Amino acid sequence: MQGLGDGYFVIPYTLGHYLAADKLEPVTTDHEAFAEAEDVAVGRLRKLLAVKGEKTVMQLHQELGKVMWDNVGMARDEASLTAALERIPKIRDEFWQNIRVPGTAAGVNKSLESAGRLADYLELAELIARDALQRAESCGCHFRLESQTPDGEALRDDENYSHVAAWEVTAAGTFELHKEPLAFENVKLAQRSYK
Amino acid sequence: MAKMTLNLVVWRQADANAAGRMVEYVVRDASPDMSFLEMLDVLNEDLIKRGEEPIAFDSDCREGICGSCGVVIDGVPHGPEPGTTVCQLHLRHFRDGETVAVEPWRAASFPVQKDLVVDRSALDRIMAAGGYVSFNAGGAPDGNAVPISKSKADAAFDVAACIGCGACVAACKNASAALFTAAKISHLALLPQGAAEREQRVLRMVAQHDKEGFGACSNEGECQAVCPKEISIAAIARMHREVMHATVCSR
Repeated sequence: MQGLGDGYFVIPYTLGHYLAADKLEPVTTDHEAFAEAEDVAVGRLRKLLAVKGEKTVMQLHQELGKVMWDNVGMARDEASLTAALERIPKIRDEFWQNIRVPGTAAGVNKSLESAGRLADYLELAELIARDALQRAESCGCHFRLESQTPDGEALRDDENYSHVAAWEVTAAGTFELHKEPLAFENVKLAQRSYK
Repeated sequence: MAKMTLNLVVWRQADANAAGRMVEYVVRDASPDMSFLEMLDVLNEDLIKRGEEPIAFDSDCREGICGSCGVVIDGVPHGPEPGTTVCQLHLRHFRDGETVAVEPWRAASFPVQKDLVVDRSALDRIMAAGGYVSFNAGGAPDGNAVPISKSKADAAFDVAACIGCGACVAACKNASAALFTAAKISHLALLPQGAAEREQRVLRMVAQHDKEGFGACSNEGECQAVCPKEISIAAIARMHREVMHATVCSR
């Protein structure tokens, strides 16, 4: 559960050794990519602070959380996912038009930190819902109610969904699907059973 | 359950250089089942809606394992409940209508950044001075390939429970980080993986502790009393023995 829910990651041995054993040259902030990234980040902070709307970050976070809880849980279906995809962009629009972030960008500002995270969650929530809607089969923790065996187990559809779905965000709210096919050469796909 | 009212007196400080002061707030309709931090969340929502700046405080996991949170409540780091971080402290331990003082950790080595948020990077620098095993340990060994007695494993685990919250420093009249440093040193000193760097580790970490401006230990035991992980000051005695071992016995 810690690995899934708490964002509790352990660097594998290999990565620690790589970082410790490799000679990492010092880097400066002179590169143009740094200036570009900094401009984007500062611009985003200014934008968040400038809205001066009526709703707090926590209010909109809870609204988003309720949508996800009700519609995008482990058991989801076309109707619930479609409903979520109607609501999430509206919450995102309200976020950018009606958020209230107190304080300034100088020094500690917990509200600004939370607002930045919520902006990310709003994108991630839509991505999760879109991907779940696209994948009409059940697979692992993604249980599409429409796709189950007679005794209620997850039913995969290997013919149509034996791929990794990589979504490209071309502009805010525009998602393009790239399918990366999965080939199983040695292990044959089978229905999983815990019975 | 009945709702309760709390009269808070909270340290407000705009930034590291600003003068701070205690400010009164009344929290009404609080649930006794709320944690202390959830109560501050509710107060902050009110403050934001009223156009005021919310009270800044650190928190992350809210289940007592990350070490991010910590405030001084009525003079006691992490508040009145023993073995509990402030995120796990519930309002049922307070009386309806009670006045409660909330302050940040107070130590010169933990400068206040804003309100209840302090800079605890001094603890990170003590860790960076030696709180690790630096040789290439390879892949994970097979179970039971490295024999460790049950008593040693238990003792190491007891000190490894330190979450680095800094309450020990806040409770100490000398603002000493001896319990933190000792817990980290003891954890590795008790285990075979830590043996190779045992001497240099303790000397470097203790030197960094002193360099950061933390005070010396004078065995008051205040740190042990407030430690949310109930780490014993026996760890500090072990740290002293490790220093003795490194400076006298091993030469």
